[in-house]
Amino acid sequence: MNSTLAILAVLDGISYAALVFLVSVGLSLIFGVLRVVNVAHGSLYAFGAYLAATFSIKVAPLSPWLTYPALLAASIVIGVVCGGFIERVLLRPLYGRDDVLQLLITFAAFMIMDNLQRLIWGVQPIFAAEPLKLLPNVTVFGVNYTSYQVILLPAVAVATLFGLRYFLRRTLAGAVIMAVTEDREASTSIGIDARRVYFVTFIIGASLAALGGALASPTTSLVPGMGADMIVLSFAVAATAGLGQIEGAALTALMIGLTRAFVIYLQPEFEVLVPYLLMVLVLLVRPYGLFGATQMRKI
Amino acid sequence: MQYLKTAFAAAAATAIFAGAALAQGKPQEIKIGIATFLSGPASVFGVPAKAAAEMIAEDLNKKGGIGGVPVKLSFIDEGAGGEALVSNYRRIVQDDKVDATFAAISSGSCNQLVPVAEDLKVMNFMWDCGAASILETKKYRYNFRTQANGTPEMLAVLIYLLKTKPDFKTIAVVNQDYAWGRESWEIFSTALKAMKPDVQVVAELFPKFGAPDYSTEVSRLLALRPDVVLTTAWGGDLDTLVRQAGQRGLLQQSTFVLGIGESSIQRLGKDLPEGLIVGARGDHWFLHPEKKNDPAFKAFNEAFKAKTGAWPIYPVYHMAQAFTALQTAYDKAIKANDGNWPTREQVVDATAGTEFATGFGRPVTLRPEDNQGLEAQLVGVTKSFPGYDFKLLDNMMIFDPKVITNPAGVRSVEWLKTLKPEFAKMDVPTFKQ
Amino acid sequence: MSEKDLMTRRIKPITTAAVIFFLVSAVAPLFVASWATLFALILAKGIVVLGIVLLLQAGQVSFGHAMFFAIGAYTSAFWGKYVGGGDILLYLVLGGISSTVFGLIVGLFVVRYREIFFGMLNLAFSMVLWSLLEKMFPYTNGADGIRVARPGLLGFVFTPETFQYVILYVSLLIAAAAFYGVQRYLESPLGHMLRAIKSNETRLEYLGMSARRVLLIGYVISAFLGGIGGTLVAIIQQIATPEFGFWTKSGEFVFIAILGGGAHAFGAFAGAAMFECVRFYAAAHLADSWQLILGVVLIVIILYAPNGLIGLRQRYRQSGKGGR
Repeated sequence: MNSTLAILAVLDGISYAALVFLVSVGLSLIFGVLRVVNVAHGSLYAFGAYLAATFSIKVAPLSPWLTYPALLAASIVIGVVCGGFIERVLLRPLYGRDDVLQLLITFAAFMIMDNLQRLIWGVQPIFAAEPLKLLPNVTVFGVNYTSYQVILLPAVAVATLFGLRYFLRRTLAGAVIMAVTEDREASTSIGIDARRVYFVTFIIGASLAALGGALASPTTSLVPGMGADMIVLSFAVAATAGLGQIEGAALTALMIGLTRAFVIYLQPEFEVLVPYLLMVLVLLVRPYGLFGATQMRKI
Repeated sequence: MQYLKTAFAAAAATAIFAGAALAQGKPQEIKIGIATFLSGPASVFGVPAKAAAEMIAEDLNKKGGIGGVPVKLSFIDEGAGGEALVSNYRRIVQDDKVDATFAAISSGSCNQLVPVAEDLKVMNFMWDCGAASILETKKYRYNFRTQANGTPEMLAVLIYLLKTKPDFKTIAVVNQDYAWGRESWEIFSTALKAMKPDVQVVAELFPKFGAPDYSTEVSRLLALRPDVVLTTAWGGDLDTLVRQAGQRGLLQQSTFVLGIGESSIQRLGKDLPEGLIVGARGDHWFLHPEKKNDPAFKAFNEAFKAKTGAWPIYPVYHMAQAFTALQTAYDKAIKANDGNWPTREQVVDATAGTEFATGFGRPVTLRPEDNQGLEAQLVGVTKSFPGYDFKLLDNMMIFDPKVITNPAGVRSVEWLKTLKPEFAKMDVPTFKQ
Repeated sequence: MSEKDLMTRRIKPITTAAVIFFLVSAVAPLFVASWATLFALILAKGIVVLGIVLLLQAGQVSFGHAMFFAIGAYTSAFWGKYVGGGDILLYLVLGGISSTVFGLIVGLFVVRYREIFFGMLNLAFSMVLWSLLEKMFPYTNGADGIRVARPGLLGFVFTPETFQYVILYVSLLIAAAAFYGVQRYLESPLGHMLRAIKSNETRLEYLGMSARRVLLIGYVISAFLGGIGGTLVAIIQQIATPEFGFWTKSGEFVFIAILGGGAHAFGAFAGAAMFECVRFYAAAHLADSWQLILGVVLIVIILYAPNGLIGLRQRYRQSGKGGR
């Protein structure tokens, strides 16, 4: 493998990592605050993608540039409506109950959403590539890349990362969320409404999943079953990074993205194995993930 | 006089007896169980095929059904997963007592259901699955394939490529990682090696089935610059690959061969450029050059378009073939049984060796040695035509199945190895759109 | 009333229900042919779920248990493919051995973790296995899986009609034995120690027990049950596919355990029966919404009957006595 190919692989790895990060950071955030592994996260990703495609097909005839706000609008709608519903109706009655039940109820939500998606959008692949086509291609060593994939997606990912950091560290709402993450009981005792925090966090996390789907929608065919694959991948990223670790998720996504790209160039047979093998290896050495803090055992 | 009376009574008694037997034998309805994908990615084939089955059955029943008996359909979902599929198949055969089954689309499902059908002694038509090996490794009594298999399908595409672009030097493959993707490449590459040994294979990529992103594969192919890129992907995977490749200029750089691309043409619309070689898993094309002026063919296509919003694709025609095969077999069995209603075993006997014609393509023969269908193959190249917002096929070749199917009793790969470069120089009729 | 009496009063009716259930699965399929396979599947899956229920006693949920299920299934498949021939008993022994060995190896790593980290590491291992099964196409046939030819039993060969009953009764015998064995295990000191991991692990260690060892024993048993169940399903379905080891399969097993109720071994079978029947009949009548129906059933169970199907009875009894 020469240096040219290595640079190509890096570009491919970065654009892939950007999408993976967007989806997994939402999962990580929700776990960090609610201590719930949201299995329906992949379905939110799929719903975000489908709704974004529906919106952009609707607005494209008016002006193709309107498809960008359409992607954003779709992810917020899904985040608020679906995310809000899952938190308020399904998860809320279960706080304080067995963790398994919380996880399983999101599994039920996953099954239902997977089925609903088929009933709403049908089974034929849907494709809405306007946003991808609007931006010009860039050429690197004679190889074309879409600037949507190698510039826009990484830019959105970086913006999300810093936006989240700023929100959590510098704003009051963020500080409240961080407080609940650090110590749920103490923050409740000083008058923080944990339920409200849960609700808001879940919506943010769900919107990020939907945003990942919306941003992926111009590049890929939307098909039934697309959510089931995404959830394990983002789960692998979140777990490898350490659940709740936002910067960690970014680095891990980048690591997985780059490894995957190099593997496709060198040994394509092992592509699928990459994220899971990394996950096992990391978890064996550092059970709480690369960036996770060790937890005290409760007596 | 007395004698005459007795004779008359005897004759009457015989007539009544025969009539009773006939009435008893002729069922209320012929029940057909159909396994098709109603969920999962392969529902791009399964759902149109289901619509076709309902349309065909309705039409058939309007015309009096099969031998005067209406047909009744029940569907089971291949997408429900192995266990549910087999249990449901057993249920429709054992509890609902269907008379015949059409199963299935995926070779995986066929691998599971074919032995079950044989066990349960119910006639099954493999109506869409393409793995050649199923009928090559074992002789079945109750299982028939009412269409071709992967061998002639891929061979036709390869010969078309060799005829239209004889001097290519390098080839790369991007196939889905499952049996069809692997097997179709094995068929294609074996035949290629036999007929044009100087071609170099520069990349063999098997991305995961249902992979949402081929960007890295596309980059690698852009860097490798192969003369030809083959893919036998289908459904959403093919759409994604073609669009990602098209957006980044790969479709213009290399000659793309879409092994079973006929089913994606309408969906891809303007994103599919001109000059791609497209196969159709049989001689299936809604503007079939030999049939396009046939009123029945046109009426069927238009009715299908009115019902589903799209022109028929190959699984639709495969479904029609299964129905026609069943009807032909029943008619043959009734005739062989002196007009009386045949038993199930008699129908199975009659099915072996049957030739049937849907009128939507050339006739198909069920080879009696191994129950494999001999089906013609159509391959063409994409081109724009006024009046359509998607590409049509041009310079279509229709291949004779007797020539490009491996003989019964010889395994595909063994047979493909024996092909000579001259084989690709066969005469094949070419049709303009 | 002593605690012991209270226990027996609670356990008795459930054991009676279990006996009735096993009797029904023995007799009902004689009348409806297609039930033979359905019940065989219920029993086989119930055996796997027994393993999940076992771990639930320790408060641990494995979200990767399908790996043992897949290992059991693929052991028979590989044997058929590379060695040829085969016998139900041989398959079961091999499937049991391979899943036990594998369970021991994976177990050595995972028993160091608890709760979500336990579940996650299990998931990671199962996904590695799944991707290997998918990717090692030359050996595993990839996503299409390997056919498992119908084996004989003790040298006897069966017609397909007889075979579905043979495998049903084999599954029934194993299920009953597994049910009894798990019951005994849970009532034994080891079983109580397993429960102690959930209630208070540190206290267990203060008593001089190694929580890891206790959990490891439980884990290996549950892996063994998973392997046996997988072997049976592979024989019933006559195929082993990577899907057997996918995470949704693991989710399904946990789902069944919660559906039936994790507090008692019979929950595994009650849950499996309910799950398979809903899926079977929903798929039959509403081919395109069976997932939706299962999802709604699960939500209703979680929200309104958190102790699962076997908990329903208790709730009914309590409310009958005027409630709490």
